[in-house]
Amino acid sequence: MIVCKSISKVYGSGDNQTVALDNVSFVIKEGEFVAIMGPSGSGKSTLMHILGALDNPTSGSYYLDGHDVSILSEDELSVIRKEKIGFVFQAFNLLPRATVLRNVMLPLIYGEVPKDQRKKIAEEALRAVQLTEDRWDHYSNEISGGQMQRVAIARALVNDPSLILADEPTGNLDTKTGDFVLDTFRRLNREKGHTIVLITHEDEVAAFADRTIVIRDGHLVEDRQNRKEEVKKVIQ
Amino acid sequence: MLMSDLVAEIHMAITSNKVRTGLTVLGIVIGIASVIVMIAIGNGSQKAIQESIQSIGSNLLTIQPGKQRSFGGGPQQGMGSAESLTRDDATAIAQGVGGITAVAPTASGNQQIIAEGNNAQSSVTGVTAAYAQVNNITIDVGSFISDVQESKRSKVVVIGPDIRDDLYGENVDVVGQKMRIGGLSFTIVGVTKSKGGTGFGSSDEVVYMPLSTYQQYFSGSEYLSSISVSVTEQDQMTQAEEDIEALLLKRHKISSVDDADFNIRNQADIIEMTSSITGTLTMLLGAVAGISLVVGGIGIMNMMLTTVTERTREIGLRKAIGANQKDIRQQFLFESATLTFMGGVIGITLGIFIAFVLDHFAITTTQVSGFSVILSFSVSAAIGIIFGYYPARRAARLNPIQALRYE
Repeated sequence: MIVCKSISKVYGSGDNQTVALDNVSFVIKEGEFVAIMGPSGSGKSTLMHILGALDNPTSGSYYLDGHDVSILSEDELSVIRKEKIGFVFQAFNLLPRATVLRNVMLPLIYGEVPKDQRKKIAEEALRAVQLTEDRWDHYSNEISGGQMQRVAIARALVNDPSLILADEPTGNLDTKTGDFVLDTFRRLNREKGHTIVLITHEDEVAAFADRTIVIRDGHLVEDRQNRKEEVKKVIQ
Repeated sequence: MLMSDLVAEIHMAITSNKVRTGLTVLGIVIGIASVIVMIAIGNGSQKAIQESIQSIGSNLLTIQPGKQRSFGGGPQQGMGSAESLTRDDATAIAQGVGGITAVAPTASGNQQIIAEGNNAQSSVTGVTAAYAQVNNITIDVGSFISDVQESKRSKVVVIGPDIRDDLYGENVDVVGQKMRIGGLSFTIVGVTKSKGGTGFGSSDEVVYMPLSTYQQYFSGSEYLSSISVSVTEQDQMTQAEEDIEALLLKRHKISSVDDADFNIRNQADIIEMTSSITGTLTMLLGAVAGISLVVGGIGIMNMMLTTVTERTREIGLRKAIGANQKDIRQQFLFESATLTFMGGVIGITLGIFIAFVLDHFAITTTQVSGFSVILSFSVSAAIGIIFGYYPARRAARLNPIQALRYE
């Protein structure tokens, strides 16, 4: 459960002040699939950084599973990221010289999960994103973009996060593989009950989610449930 | 982060760019190896010099005529040039001082030597039979000057191997042959064994004759150039030195040590002096090599900074998935420490090997000291940490948001 209460983020000081987020409030319940949409410069990336515990808001509170994350120090934030957040980035950010399996196991190193359990957890995550087993021992720069992004999703799953944050996950992919990746998100949401927040600037991408929050110039301008029939159509 | 994971991460990092890793490690290898080799050369020459001094006899006291050495005491008479010691002094020492094995009075000077039409200028020393014992001289062919020859003022000589080689040819049997010294004819009765000492004052380039003969035909006076005294036990050196000093002061009727017309040198003093000179030499060589070690360390820092920049996004990702500052810092610090550790191990091995080769092929005497191995190893470990700390801290402090956006 995510609760944002009048979150503001201001960069700079004095005359150079830029307001990236202004008094944004919303609630995301456990198991929701939400798209945060807005053009570039709207403040959606800033919102993602705050939701992802990479940054603190200037004012307002952010509760994740009942913890006030907005007041934590840098090292405390890293614990939140380690235990409660899974990131998926536009540029995948896989380690190129490591195998698929090793990339997926990477968060478990910092979680100090016992070695004998890691492989099992990683394999389970790779099956959940439907990456065929023959790819698991490939180096991550030897597979296609769509496969890379699914590896990245598997990596986001291994710490069993409360929130999966996907930042323009289809930005580097063509429409077809992009749709497959988005479909993977929706399946994880439907079948495994993961809470997913998708950050995008495209309506078509946002349409995969059940709910869309629109940010413009730092303000929350729209918060709507996507029409059921539209959602259904895309699934088929 | 578990230790085994840290090791695995570092392994991946340093094997990913083997050429760069290799070149960086090479800097440390060269630094460490040169420290070890340089210190080994320094120690080796120290040992060689000490051995050559000890070959003369380490229980040796040398009494020379002339004023005591004094600092800033105005002009000084050259050692051995003053006329104050006589055979009677030597006899008195032999009879009056305890704990001594033998006393060898000598008188020496340079003379023109002619043999087989060859001409040479050499040091000629008048000695007694005891000289061989006191100065550890061994005879290769023939015999040394005897007491009988000494008392009869025989015109016989014992020559050093270098003199023989120069004048007669290498390893020619010269016993019984004649040589002319200062216009007089002498018979060679023996050749000394080479001591291998080199340069100034080598005992291989000397001509020995009976002291009485020398005094009669060459110096024309009763005065000596020096008296060598061999002391029975090393720990009696100081006592013997004091006794001799007291005896000679009394015989020469001098009341104050400051006015003494002779001086006594202790072999231990000379060893100590040369040790301090070669010690300085060793330090100098080590310091020069140390500079290359520091340069190697800067190479490590350079590589680590490049690595941190190159892997900025990776660092951002690691932070995003939960790595804290300590995790990142540890990883990069251990990475640089691993590089210097590898460089240290290879460098020490290479250094010992080079020192062995130099010694084995008689290029120069080397002696690898455990101290230099421990020193260079700890220096390399320290370099890894010191020069790795700044890049590691920089990596740890990267803002994850900016790091993830880094192109």
